[in-house]
Amino acid sequence: MADTAARREDTFPKLLARNAALRGDRAAMRHKHLGIWQTWTWKEVDGIVRAYAHGLLQLGLRRGETIAIVGSNRPKLYWSMLAAQCIGAIPVPVYADAVAEEMAYVLEHAQVKLAAVEVQEQVDKILSISDRLPALEGLLYDEERGLRDYDHARLHAIDGIVEDGRKALAPVPAARAALDAAIAEGKGADVSIILYTSGTTGRSKGVVLSAERSIAAAADTVVFDRLDETDEVLAYLPLAWVGDHYLNFAQGLVAGFCMSCPESPETVQQDLREIGPTFYFAPPRVYESLLTRVMIRMEDAGLLKRKMFHAFIDVAKRYGEKILNGESVPLSGRLLYALGELLVYGPLKNVLGFSRIRVGYTAGEAIGPELFSFYRSLGLNLKQLYGQTEAFLYVTAQPDGQIRADTVGPLAPNVEVKITEAGEVLFKSPGMFLGYFRDEERTAETMTSDGWVKTGDAGFFETGTGHLKIIDRAKDVGRLATGALFPPKYVENKLKFFPNVKEVVAFGDGRDFVTCFVNIDITAVGNWAERNNVSYGSYQELAAHPQVYEMIASHVEEVNRSLAAEPMMGGAQIKRFLILHKELDADDGELTRTQKVRRGFIAERYLPLIDALYDGATEADISTEVTFEDGRKGVISARVKIRDCRTWPVSAETGATEKAA
Amino acid sequence: MRAPGDGRQGIMAGDVLLAVEGVSLAFGGVKAITDVSFDIRKGEIRAIIGPNGAGKTSMLNVINGFYHPQQGRITFKGEARKRMRPYVAASQGIARTFQNVALFKGMSTLDNIMAGRTLKMNKGFFWQCLRYGPAMREEIEHRKFVEEIIDFLEIQAIRKTPVGKLPYGLQKRVELGRALAMEPELLLLDEPMAGMNLEEKADMSRFILEVSAQYGTTIALIEHDMGVVMDLSDRVVVLEYGRKIADGTPAEVSADQSVIDAYLGVPH
Repeated sequence: MADTAARREDTFPKLLARNAALRGDRAAMRHKHLGIWQTWTWKEVDGIVRAYAHGLLQLGLRRGETIAIVGSNRPKLYWSMLAAQCIGAIPVPVYADAVAEEMAYVLEHAQVKLAAVEVQEQVDKILSISDRLPALEGLLYDEERGLRDYDHARLHAIDGIVEDGRKALAPVPAARAALDAAIAEGKGADVSIILYTSGTTGRSKGVVLSAERSIAAAADTVVFDRLDETDEVLAYLPLAWVGDHYLNFAQGLVAGFCMSCPESPETVQQDLREIGPTFYFAPPRVYESLLTRVMIRMEDAGLLKRKMFHAFIDVAKRYGEKILNGESVPLSGRLLYALGELLVYGPLKNVLGFSRIRVGYTAGEAIGPELFSFYRSLGLNLKQLYGQTEAFLYVTAQPDGQIRADTVGPLAPNVEVKITEAGEVLFKSPGMFLGYFRDEERTAETMTSDGWVKTGDAGFFETGTGHLKIIDRAKDVGRLATGALFPPKYVENKLKFFPNVKEVVAFGDGRDFVTCFVNIDITAVGNWAERNNVSYGSYQELAAHPQVYEMIASHVEEVNRSLAAEPMMGGAQIKRFLILHKELDADDGELTRTQKVRRGFIAERYLPLIDALYDGATEADISTEVTFEDGRKGVISARVKIRDCRTWPVSAETGATEKAA
Repeated sequence: MRAPGDGRQGIMAGDVLLAVEGVSLAFGGVKAITDVSFDIRKGEIRAIIGPNGAGKTSMLNVINGFYHPQQGRITFKGEARKRMRPYVAASQGIARTFQNVALFKGMSTLDNIMAGRTLKMNKGFFWQCLRYGPAMREEIEHRKFVEEIIDFLEIQAIRKTPVGKLPYGLQKRVELGRALAMEPELLLLDEPMAGMNLEEKADMSRFILEVSAQYGTTIALIEHDMGVVMDLSDRVVVLEYGRKIADGTPAEVSADQSVIDAYLGVPH
């Protein structure tokens, strides 16, 4: 039903009016203020947004002009977007924590005429760069605190603008009619919003999205995940990010569900628990840190609770995912699981604010299979999607019942994907962007002449299931001398999911086969050594221990077996590996400050080891300069052993015929 | 929130709110304060500074009635008094924070700040016990006021956390919240930034300035960080060995030779 209705309303303001007419008394938005959840119904939001829109008109904002939106998730900022859209102006949300220089670039590039901000901090930031923003005529703020003594010639309270608009609209039927006409004048093909990419790779680009495409995309996924007006979300992700705009704002308006805004960025965890959303998104690291917190707190819990927790988590591991997937499970398993739900999983989900989640998504980076199945085994319907700002989010998504940790799922509704010779993923989607704002050059780089959008990611479809697997950034994917595909990150991630492995650097581009350096995880391996009476004096000694080599070799072979099962990846099996004698460290320039491997630098520094990996030697000498924590420099020398690994014939289901490497 | 005391008894901004005249305080033979006179004007931020043992905290204790001076007179809102108990000082509109945080450690942030409203609650013991009807309505009203303070001090995330578990900087903030809950006319802050890092000091300075600007509360504070004192205060009084050695604007005081001597020391 949402589907057919949404097709008729081709702009967000029209959807708002529809929601106000259709479900006017249902909650549209909540915000915790002064410790109490304040609620606005669709009818109230509609009234506020209309008054606000008229206020913006009085401030001189016109069709086609831009207004920046800066701040955390606050109702008034979302209303600013809607109000601007009512009169055909274009909202441009900006990351609130952007440094002044970056913000100046975006505001200048977008030629914003007004800026709606949350607090004094952002007013200050924008005023400090205002000499670079000749088009900027005024600032609107949500919270007055600290702004009392500012010059109010160009500074307006959002409340005041809404109030002015309301007063001007109420007695004048002609003004109301003019506003109705302005809303009706909005066409689906108009620009709805410009979302600037966060700019981790070079300058931010303004992704221009049209209203009808945005709504078409959101309508598809609303049907896909069966979202309706009874759903509930907590908008806690940055509002300038496509995820928040899509999942909460666009889907909310299409499906008519309620969006809640947290009291402050620090209270999200508590607010989550109080709201109990039914639809939830978080990047993998959020799930990971939640799990770590739970585990640490369980270690501090009393004996009975601890035992109970671990016993029932084991039950969940055995049966939980099967029950969620609707597979057959023995009655005793079901009973045990039900008891676990009552005693452990239920209360745990309640503490995390996950009690009511019907659909949970994660995306952005690879998620460890253990982490993924932990949440799924608790009964949380966690799924993966793959998307981009340029697609207005969804390219692929996992439908209920086809959920796996190692794929990003089959194509989302009405999306087309093509994989180039080089392995790059191209797509056409209902929500795809119109182009980059005022940047034809980069638009042409990204969009082909026949309308495909380049993702810059390399991937492939799994045969049989039609699930897409993203393997790496396209420019990082290499080829072996044999011509087989070599995606370093894909191989490394598979090995890194073993807790004993901290870091992996794979080599193979232009070589005959794949080799890798491994860093062991000292906590996990040290723990293992303690339990198995393996004594060691240093990291170096533990890393070189034959039993540790044995253990890592078994992990590598496990990875090879799984690579062999994928026809395209089978060539990238690891033939030889070594365990590095020292941990890769940002102080030595081997990792970036965000802990990413600097492949090129490492290849140079450890050249003798790489040579040894490829010339068949069984050990190699290496000495490297290291920087100690107090800044002194020293040299570590070591003789590192090299192991050969078993590889498997590619894509053999029966797989038992091994071939010696 | 309204600015407390506005218009009451006709004290306007800039008028003298509290005057200390010729106050001397001794503990046995130890003279803590000797013949000190100064005034605090409505709406200003008044700093009391001086080296260790100069009698600053004793002075605050005299003002809020905790110590009784042997000589001298204190006039608050035009009413002279010689002896007063802290309870009376509090109900007349003097609130304070302490050098060492003095919160109820086992209670939540919310409950601690609610405790600051005790003097404003009118319903009797019986109603309070029932927590029903008028008492409930009253509590809701006070809770609203407290929530505004929580919002003001940006401590929503620790609303339900026992204060004993909080880091020191946040405890200081909660203590300020409890003092604000009394809607004081005169707020006494005893070393509000002691032991804080730079960022916490900046936050606390901002709150103090905002309290003064938004609620018009008169503030007297003791502080050792001279940068803070110079930035925040309108006027400074300097004590040394229980005597007043200077009084004036931050610029005047910092140029005063006797103040420089007191802080840097001079050969006697």
